[in-house]
Amino acid sequence: MDGEPFDVPEGRTIAAALIAAGRVSWRTTRAGGRPRGVFCGIGVCFDCLVVVNGVPDVRACQRVPADGDVVRSQRGAELPG
Amino acid sequence: MRVVVVGGGPAGLAAADAAARAGAEVVLVDSERQLGGQYHRGTAQRADPRVRHLPESTAWAAEGLRLHVRTGPADSPHRTGRVLDADAVVLATGAHDRVVPFPGWDLPGVYTAGAAQALAKGHGVAVGRRVVVSGTGPFLLPVASSLLDVGATVTVLEANGVTGWARHPLAVPQKLPELARYARLLGRVRLRTAVVAAHGDDRVTSVTVARLRPDWTVCDGVRVAVDAVCVGHGFTPRLDLAVGLGCDLVDGFVRVDAVGATSVRGVYAAGEITGIGGADLAAAEGEVAGAAAARAPDPPIAALRAIRRGRRFAAALAAAHPVPTGRHGWLTPDTLLCRCEEVTVGDLHAALDRGAADGRTLKLVSRAGLGPCQGRTCGREVADLAAARLGHPLPDADAFHRRPFATPLRLGELAQHPEEDP
Repeated sequence: MDGEPFDVPEGRTIAAALIAAGRVSWRTTRAGGRPRGVFCGIGVCFDCLVVVNGVPDVRACQRVPADGDVVRSQRGAELPG
Repeated sequence: MRVVVVGGGPAGLAAADAAARAGAEVVLVDSERQLGGQYHRGTAQRADPRVRHLPESTAWAAEGLRLHVRTGPADSPHRTGRVLDADAVVLATGAHDRVVPFPGWDLPGVYTAGAAQALAKGHGVAVGRRVVVSGTGPFLLPVASSLLDVGATVTVLEANGVTGWARHPLAVPQKLPELARYARLLGRVRLRTAVVAAHGDDRVTSVTVARLRPDWTVCDGVRVAVDAVCVGHGFTPRLDLAVGLGCDLVDGFVRVDAVGATSVRGVYAAGEITGIGGADLAAAEGEVAGAAAARAPDPPIAALRAIRRGRRFAAALAAAHPVPTGRHGWLTPDTLLCRCEEVTVGDLHAALDRGAADGRTLKLVSRAGLGPCQGRTCGREVADLAAARLGHPLPDADAFHRRPFATPLRLGELAQHPEEDP
C-alpha cells in the first residue's frame, strides 16, 4: 500500500488491514481534496476507494487483496492506467 | 422450477433453504465470500446442500425474471458475467445504516455503526481506542459490545429515551434474552444524548455531545475527546433491484402480501426491504417467501406465527426510536449533505430557492446524489430537508432509490457478452 509492504491475514479486506495498521484515510475527494477512509464499511458509500493494480474506484472495504497486489491511495477522480 | 434468491443474510438463507426443501432448483446470489449477511458476519453460515451458492457475486440488474450477475473480486474488471433466468425471484437485499448528517460527519474516524460492527466481528479490528457510539435503536448495543470485545473503550449515546417501549408491552418479552447479553453495557449508555458535531482537521479528534429534547433539538453540549465515532439512526432498505423491477412500495419499503409476494408476478421479497424488524423476523419472512416462490403446497405455519410476533416488535421499534426533525438544527450552511459530490446544506437550499421542486430537478441542479454512491447515503436526508424547506414532500420521493444499475459497473464489463446459465 503506497509502497509499503503489508502482511494481510487470509480473508481480511484492504480497509480492515489499513485500519488495523492505524491508517484512517487513504483517499481525497475530487472537489475539495478532503481526506476520506471507511464510512459505511459494507460497500454502500464508496468513500474508501483505492487504486488496485492501476485500476481505480475499488472499494477497500469489499476487496480482499491477492498476494502481490499493488494498492495505492486514490486522489480525486482517476482514470485507469 | 428455478428460484433465484438475491442476498445471503438471514432472510435469503431461509428463503433458499425453504425453496430447496420444496423441491425447486435454487441459486443463491450473494456479494460476500461467506454466507450470513451483515447479521452473521464473522460466523459463516451454511445453506442446504442442494442450494447452489454463488459467492462474491453481485446482481447488478434485473429485467423481469432475468438477473444479470457478475462474479469475482469486488470492483475488479476481470469478473465473470452471467445471466440467470428464473421462474421466481426472492429479493433479500437487506438494509444499510441510516446516518443523519451533522457538522464534521465526513471526517475520517466517523463511521457508521455497521462499519464498526463489520470490522470488529468480521476482522477483529477496532476502529479506535476511545469510541463513542451514537444514534438511536437497539442495534447500537451489539455494536458497542463488539467494540468492547476488540479492546475499545465505549460510550453509547441513545438519542431517544426508552419509555417508548413501555407502550408496547407485548413486543418486549421476546427480546429479553437478547437484551440480557448486553448487561455489561448498562453503565455505559446515556439516554436523550447524541453526537451533534465532530471536530478535527484531517481526522476526528473530538465531538460535541449534546443533551437532546424529545424532538432532538439541542439543550446543551460539551466537547469530548475521541478517536472514533460510530453513528446509526436506524436502517435504510436496499431497494435498487425491487424498484428497478417495478415493485410497489409502501412507507418506503417493498409491499408484500402474507407470503412475501410483491406487486410483480414471480417476484418475492423478504427481510429488511419489507420493513426493519431484525434477524428473527427476516428469517421467518424468508422461509415463507422461499416456500411460496417454490410453490410449496402449504405455507410453513411456525414461520407465519414468528412473522406475526416479529412484526409486533418491528412496529414497537419504529415507534420507540423515531428520528425527529429537531436534528435539522444540528446542521450549518457548510455541513456536507452529499459526501460524494460535496454538496452542502447551503447548496441544497440555493437549489431549492432557484425553483427545484422535485427530486430529479434537485439532483440535477445541486448534484446531490449523483456521485459514486448514487444517493444511497444522502438521498433520504436530502428528500427530508427539501420537504421541510418546501413545506410538502417531494412529488417523486423515490427519485433517490431509482438506480437501473443496482451496483456500479465498468464500461468494459458492460460491453462483454455475458454467458447464459443453462
